[in-house]
Amino acid sequence: MWPMIVKEFRQLKRDRRTLAMLVALPVLLLVVFGYAARFEVSNIAVEVVGPQAEQVAGLLRAPFQVVDVDPPAGESFVVSRLRDGDAAVGLVTGQRPFLVLVDGTQLFAAQAAESALARMTVTGKAGGSLAPAVAVRILFNPKLKTSWIMIPGLTGLILVFIGTLITSLGIVRERQAGTIEQLAVMPFRPWDVIFGKIAPYLLLASLDLLVIVVVGKALFGVPFVGNVAIFALGALLFLLVTLGMGVLISTVSQNQGQAIQLAIMFVVPQVLLSGLIFPISSMAAGVRWIAYVLPLSWYIDIGRGVMLKATPITALVEPLGVLAGMAVVVLGLAMLRFRQDLAPSVRGGRAITTAPAAVPS
Amino acid sequence: MTWGLELASVRFGTRTALDRVTLVAAPATVSIVVGGDGAGKSTLLRALVGLVGLSSGASRRPPKSEIGYIPATAGLYVDLTVEENLAFSGGAYDVTGQEYAHRSSELLERIGLADARDRLGGQLSGGMQRKLAVAMALLHRPALLVLDEPTTGVDPVSRSELWRLISAAAATGTAVLATTTYVSEAHRASTVTLLDQGRSIATGAPSEIVGAVPGKLGVVRSAAQPRGPSWRRGTTWRLWSPSGVLPEGTEPVRPDFEDAVIIACLADERGG
Repeated sequence: MWPMIVKEFRQLKRDRRTLAMLVALPVLLLVVFGYAARFEVSNIAVEVVGPQAEQVAGLLRAPFQVVDVDPPAGESFVVSRLRDGDAAVGLVTGQRPFLVLVDGTQLFAAQAAESALARMTVTGKAGGSLAPAVAVRILFNPKLKTSWIMIPGLTGLILVFIGTLITSLGIVRERQAGTIEQLAVMPFRPWDVIFGKIAPYLLLASLDLLVIVVVGKALFGVPFVGNVAIFALGALLFLLVTLGMGVLISTVSQNQGQAIQLAIMFVVPQVLLSGLIFPISSMAAGVRWIAYVLPLSWYIDIGRGVMLKATPITALVEPLGVLAGMAVVVLGLAMLRFRQDLAPSVRGGRAITTAPAAVPS
Repeated sequence: MTWGLELASVRFGTRTALDRVTLVAAPATVSIVVGGDGAGKSTLLRALVGLVGLSSGASRRPPKSEIGYIPATAGLYVDLTVEENLAFSGGAYDVTGQEYAHRSSELLERIGLADARDRLGGQLSGGMQRKLAVAMALLHRPALLVLDEPTTGVDPVSRSELWRLISAAAATGTAVLATTTYVSEAHRASTVTLLDQGRSIATGAPSEIVGAVPGKLGVVRSAAQPRGPSWRRGTTWRLWSPSGVLPEGTEPVRPDFEDAVIIACLADERGG
């Protein structure tokens, strides 16, 4: 047995990536669950409108955080602010009872708002003036169904798996089999090889996306109230980022095992920190920035916004722009790395390419 | 128009994998690079086709559309059928329609796979796989055919068939450059380059390399290994004398190509 143990230790010592993952992953999970993985919401962004907006805003206490006070505005303005994701709760004054509009797609914020409002109406802790005069209406996800907010996120998760994991495996398989060298010598441009490799996955991922949306609608009644073209644009940009990551991972992996390890390191933080499960607003400020460098966080904004709230493109310029930027950077890097693989630059010598005098017949 | 390398060097960090190697692959000829494991054969071919950047020197090659290349590790897709493998190659080199149908049938007949078009590449024997790989590389009638150890691990009959296929390509004007670890295959070449530790230690026609052997070679019929640079050939020993003076009891013999390769390596070691 001893020689076996020694052999394993020696192999493990040389497999730096596995070692790094064994050390890094527990630390990552500790940080994630310690600081980021929280269901309780301590800050709920509130928009207050109507004639008594200033007065009511002054009475609101934690977890409510007033982000805007606009006395001349009314209910329709609040609905648009919630649709655009600028606030989780809107309070319309100037009527009895006051109308509280809650964004049901921000599930945990909505639940926290409901319970905070209930406490206020019962105990009158906020000064008593709000109690009991509020009528609560939940928008976009009236029954606060978990499946409604999970399905748009799940579409993103599927795109991450196919785009990153499957793509990286496909290219690494060529490397392991040695056929990538043949491809490099064939009259293909690097872009031909990359696009040829990712095209089937692009199609498969698109089909998967369609199936999930249709099944989500059929089985769980998840609505699709927004513009399909905006959703498709967001999905395409996100898919380009994930496919680019897949190609990038494949260029730095020598075998499928390494590719899977790297892909897992890319996928796991997205599952935990993108707002798919734990709300980004609940994360500690110190780790919240991580969510904003993950492409899935931006895709979820688009997916939930378009599917559940019919968020217009004007309110999605930021996530679409960020995804487009990420796609350019990641695909650009992937292309550069892949190009190096396929056609190494001549370092000090010369490469003379000459057409043959006569093609042999 | 000839292809090849001129004083080509390749360095990986501080290690020199190829050291000022010059090599010519002329149309309608077969050039073979002979060397042991780690001699730099694969690096040489990869430098020629552009897979490895040269640190110095030059590589002269036709455009990619005129190259056929098979690396040592692969040559075909094991999860595609024989027909699909050839079709991929045809598509890559723009050999389509009638031209593809004619050429693929011709090659499949020649490699004996005409009745196995629908078999997966992975279900073929090692020899069959290599023959299919060569057929794929020949489909577009390349000006330069580069083969990395095409016969390694292949049975003698398949090796012979493979060389017949390769020679036929050269006969139609293709410049063939192949590597091998089998010294016995070098007689098939117009030009042989002996490679050792990244350096070309001898180059020329097989007869020229044999003719350039320095010193004298003798046969020793004893069970024990004789003193001096010697190696086993069958039941006897070959003893090489760099000075040309053979010890008493040693029977002088004309070196063959295998002897010449060993002597070239020994002479290079002494010179180096």
